[in-house]
Amino acid sequence: MSDPRTRGLLRGTALATVLTLGLVVTVTGCSRQPNASGNSATTSQRAGPGGPFTLVDTKGKTVTNETLKGKPYAIFFGFTRCPDVCPTTMARMELLRKRLGTDADKMNVVFVSVDPEHDKKEDIASFLSMFDAPVIGLTGDPAELKRMEKSFKIYVERVPLPNGDYTIDHTARILLFDRDGQFVDTMDAKEPEAQAVTRLKRLIDA
Amino acid sequence: MTYRIALALVATLATPALAQDVRKGSLTISQPWSRATSPRATVGAGFLTIRNAGARGDRLISATSPRAERVEIHTMSMDGGVMRMRQLVDGLAVPAGGTATLAPSGNHIMLIGLKSPLKAGERVPATLRFARGGTVTVQFVIGGAGDAAPAGQNGGHK
Repeated sequence: MSDPRTRGLLRGTALATVLTLGLVVTVTGCSRQPNASGNSATTSQRAGPGGPFTLVDTKGKTVTNETLKGKPYAIFFGFTRCPDVCPTTMARMELLRKRLGTDADKMNVVFVSVDPEHDKKEDIASFLSMFDAPVIGLTGDPAELKRMEKSFKIYVERVPLPNGDYTIDHTARILLFDRDGQFVDTMDAKEPEAQAVTRLKRLIDA
Repeated sequence: MTYRIALALVATLATPALAQDVRKGSLTISQPWSRATSPRATVGAGFLTIRNAGARGDRLISATSPRAERVEIHTMSMDGGVMRMRQLVDGLAVPAGGTATLAPSGNHIMLIGLKSPLKAGERVPATLRFARGGTVTVQFVIGGAGDAAPAGQNGGHK
């Protein structure tokens, strides 16, 4: 244990491990998170989030990546018992739609529940009914949701609470997709309003 | 006399903004507010500011509300775009001469197991318990479902 050579070896191994991990993180870093700066439109396009999915909306209708094509869309992952960031983000989309005026209907807003354990179609419909915006609320088979979270690079973790219940840590960025279903960019609910409107307009006009 | 009436009038007019302030000892709790919840919602978040004018620190340790089965003190953080919510099991410190803020994107009072949805415009009572200051009952003013600030403040209504 106290042999200096062993320690040196251990330190060397540890260093190599750190370096290797660092390399792996660097390589996968760009694709794991949907674009940390939230502003560059091109960097993460190639290996960006997105992919095929098959879910159901609040009326039980099947919605896939294919059926969403034709209109750009803003997609957000959350859960109905999320008391702060989820309602705030939906209110934000409601506000941005108002600013877009008639252009608002040229894009879709999609909410995907990451809590299939609790959120039934009815819960999602009820949650979305609080906002004056036609949001497509989606849920589905838990395994399919997991696959989608992975391909859309959405971090989701169910965390038990001391009270026996649970909460869900999740990526709270809005992802923007163009009319061909290609990932374009991420949006932060706190981004200045005018800037967000400009970006949505660009997405609609593209 | 006229002066007094005028003063009373001014006081009356000025009151609404401060109507929700509640004092107890050295603690002042201001602007308790919350958001309307959906018909099927089981949780709601409450926000307020606690000022401690005293020389000794205090701590918000728990809360109750007749409208919820359970009330907890939570914190929320955003890190690398990931939202995390946790219960503050030991409550929230209110430093001597300082302030504890419960506001969107941060600490909040979590109403769990709502007995009925919170409706915009109504007032929902809750009793806060402090380690030193004892109990204080406040009325959460319910705003819109996506409000970022209490009604009447910038961003409260669009």
